[in-house]
Amino acid sequence: MDHWLPQAASTYAPDIDGLIWMITAIVGVWFLVAEAVLLFFVVKYRKRSGRTAAYVTGDRRKQIAWILVPCAAILACDLIIDGASAHVWDKMKQTEPKPELTVRIQGQQWAWIFSHPGPDGQLDTSDDVVAMNEVHVPVNAVVRFELRSNDTLHSLWIPELRLKQDAVPGRTIYGWFEATKPGSYGVLCAELCGAAHGLMRGTLTVDGPGAYRSWLAASAPPAAEPAAVAPSEAGAEAPSTPAPAGAVAR
Amino acid sequence: MTHGAPVSFWSRVFSTDHKTIAKQYLFTGVAMAFLGGILAQIMRLQLANPGHPVPGLGVVQGIKYNATVTMHGTVMIFWVAMPLLLGAFGNFLIPLMVGTRDMAFPRLNMISYWTFFLSTLVLIASFLVPGGPSPVGWTAYPPLSSNPAYSSNVWGVHLWILAVALELVAFLMGGINYITTAINLRAPGMRMRDLPLIVWMQVAASIIFLFSVGPLVAGAVMLLLDRTAGTGFYNPAAGGDPLLFQHLFWFFGHPEVYVLLLPGLGIVAEILPVFSRKPIFGYRMIVWSTIATGLLSFIVWAHHQFVSGIDPRLAAPFSLTTILISVPVAVTLFCFMATLYRGSIELKTPMLFALGMMGVFLIGGVTGILNGSAAADIYIHDTYFVVAHFHYALIPPVFFSLFAGIYYWYPKMFGRMMNETLGRLHFWGTFVFVNMTFLPMFVMGLRGYPRRVYDPSQFAALGNMSGMQWIATIGTAGLLLSQVPLLVNFFGSMKRGRVAGANPWRANTLEWLAPSPPPHGNFDEIPSVYRWAYEYSAPGRDEDWHPQHVAPPDRALARKAG
Repeated sequence: MDHWLPQAASTYAPDIDGLIWMITAIVGVWFLVAEAVLLFFVVKYRKRSGRTAAYVTGDRRKQIAWILVPCAAILACDLIIDGASAHVWDKMKQTEPKPELTVRIQGQQWAWIFSHPGPDGQLDTSDDVVAMNEVHVPVNAVVRFELRSNDTLHSLWIPELRLKQDAVPGRTIYGWFEATKPGSYGVLCAELCGAAHGLMRGTLTVDGPGAYRSWLAASAPPAAEPAAVAPSEAGAEAPSTPAPAGAVAR
Repeated sequence: MTHGAPVSFWSRVFSTDHKTIAKQYLFTGVAMAFLGGILAQIMRLQLANPGHPVPGLGVVQGIKYNATVTMHGTVMIFWVAMPLLLGAFGNFLIPLMVGTRDMAFPRLNMISYWTFFLSTLVLIASFLVPGGPSPVGWTAYPPLSSNPAYSSNVWGVHLWILAVALELVAFLMGGINYITTAINLRAPGMRMRDLPLIVWMQVAASIIFLFSVGPLVAGAVMLLLDRTAGTGFYNPAAGGDPLLFQHLFWFFGHPEVYVLLLPGLGIVAEILPVFSRKPIFGYRMIVWSTIATGLLSFIVWAHHQFVSGIDPRLAAPFSLTTILISVPVAVTLFCFMATLYRGSIELKTPMLFALGMMGVFLIGGVTGILNGSAAADIYIHDTYFVVAHFHYALIPPVFFSLFAGIYYWYPKMFGRMMNETLGRLHFWGTFVFVNMTFLPMFVMGLRGYPRRVYDPSQFAALGNMSGMQWIATIGTAGLLLSQVPLLVNFFGSMKRGRVAGANPWRANTLEWLAPSPPPHGNFDEIPSVYRWAYEYSAPGRDEDWHPQHVAPPDRALARKAG
């Protein structure tokens, strides 16, 4: 399995992988059976001298059942897949665990801009760490993200986290992830966004808790004050990050 | 009618004869298919040699690559699949199969083709304007498409919008003709349940198209206004919303898949009974599942938008409808398979392609379930997995069915048979190379490779896939080369093919009553219809076919006496 998908590095990655393999197994069985029947019929009922075709129109109740019974089985499989799928979707999208920190992610032609809260734990304060194409998060921490775009559509795509979410100008889209394995991962763009779409790429570094704190300290903006003074500035009028034109919360 | 009378050159070009118009659509569509295929080959060569020039074109990157992707998709959907499946087969077959002399509105039909032709010229012109053709994707999502500053392209996108809008208008006129002709101009005695399935499917496709195309045309007009008149339909700074376009586009875009799939299935439905000498299995079930597919196709569109930022609560219902559409499609496919059961199957080229269509389409069908699951789609969306899936879903109905239909109806269109050996060579080449091209893309997609990126080497962290890229690239080249036997066969058989006669396949439907090729006006005398289209191997008859127009013995006697 490891060979087929990239390593699973978030809490919900194993759920998505499980779903993908479950669906593959179900539809794989149907696929093989259908191809086998098709091939069997073609071989078995090839034209031979002395044999004529049967007159079967498929209008009798029993004949209709040949079709509808397998289709009822397909319906049952569909509903199982839908149920499993809704369960995973609900976990990822509709139940948000309490976040330990919030990062702001802005897509623009052709870079990702990441705003990390500084030691005060708040965005839009003077100790924010803003980095181009570089984001750090602590391992095993629920990270909430606010995703925005400054120009066209982009799509935040971190294969190892099984995370993909479009960034839409004019909207702030919220989501979360919890990385489970320290390491660095590519942050790609999955939505066509212009000439250098193919080059738009950042790096996510999942740090151990200590490493994260030291990265944050090392990357702190020169004017950053100790955490004690910052909270009063929460929600300050003048954000230190480049404000997306026309971006509003939904 | 006018057959026998001398026809001037211009009245042959601007013909109102449905068969001439069908051939015009056929030749335009096939020519555009080569354009689309060459664009695909350019992409594949670039992807196999990241950073290296494609012979004659330099390194196809940035805007150039995006324009190649955009035009490949645009050409294949709007200028290949639609003119071939609907324009060529719909036009040629509907009047012949319902037993009438022409379309209900022959002039409208002619205008339909020439509007399409104009749209083709506009699209070709977009390759020549400064900045080149549109680089914003065949889906043309704003703001990339609505604001020239983001795409660095002014005229290419303008012309793209205009060309697509004209193309849609052309097929709207065509669709009106198909529906009216099939409903109003049926030969005496032909009940709806005597209609060949392909006519049902063409009509269903036309109705789906008719109901879905309006929002897209509106969306395209708003896009053009945003670009030219300073409106802000899709501009958030002016109070607009880019997601609006996605909804309008996919409200058309997904039903469009079934607009292409249904006529493709229809061709298979005509060929299977003839080459297994058996009635189609479950005619009514197929008709009902066609209708169900058509209805469901209108409420699945947001499955293209699971990660677009729509309300997460919308995912479950759209996931459900999307996955449920597998049921009616499975009904049709199972009925096709049951048609083979206890048949007497002859593997002539049309039958090979029809069976190939079913076998290959199954891959597209089952992988669609993965995309349809909203949660799995989060991972798969916009990766090569999707690219592989929709090629497996569209190549069977568009190309396998097209080829099946060409080999099957060529004798009717041109009066001569095509060569079987070349036909088999064409089939096996196409079958092998389609799989060689697209199977590796499933693997790359599962590794996380995103679409529409010209340099895959930068995803080395996801695994080295350069071997797969090469396999897919060689597959594309093989696929293009495999079309050579078709061209040789197609043009060679016009002169050298065995003369076909009216009914070379011993088939039941009315087009085989008309001479091959049918003259203007089709039939000497309008036929009467006495039975359904699939009376093969009926017990108590010496012959294993029983054409729709042949009167039962008692009626024939009564007629002679009268």
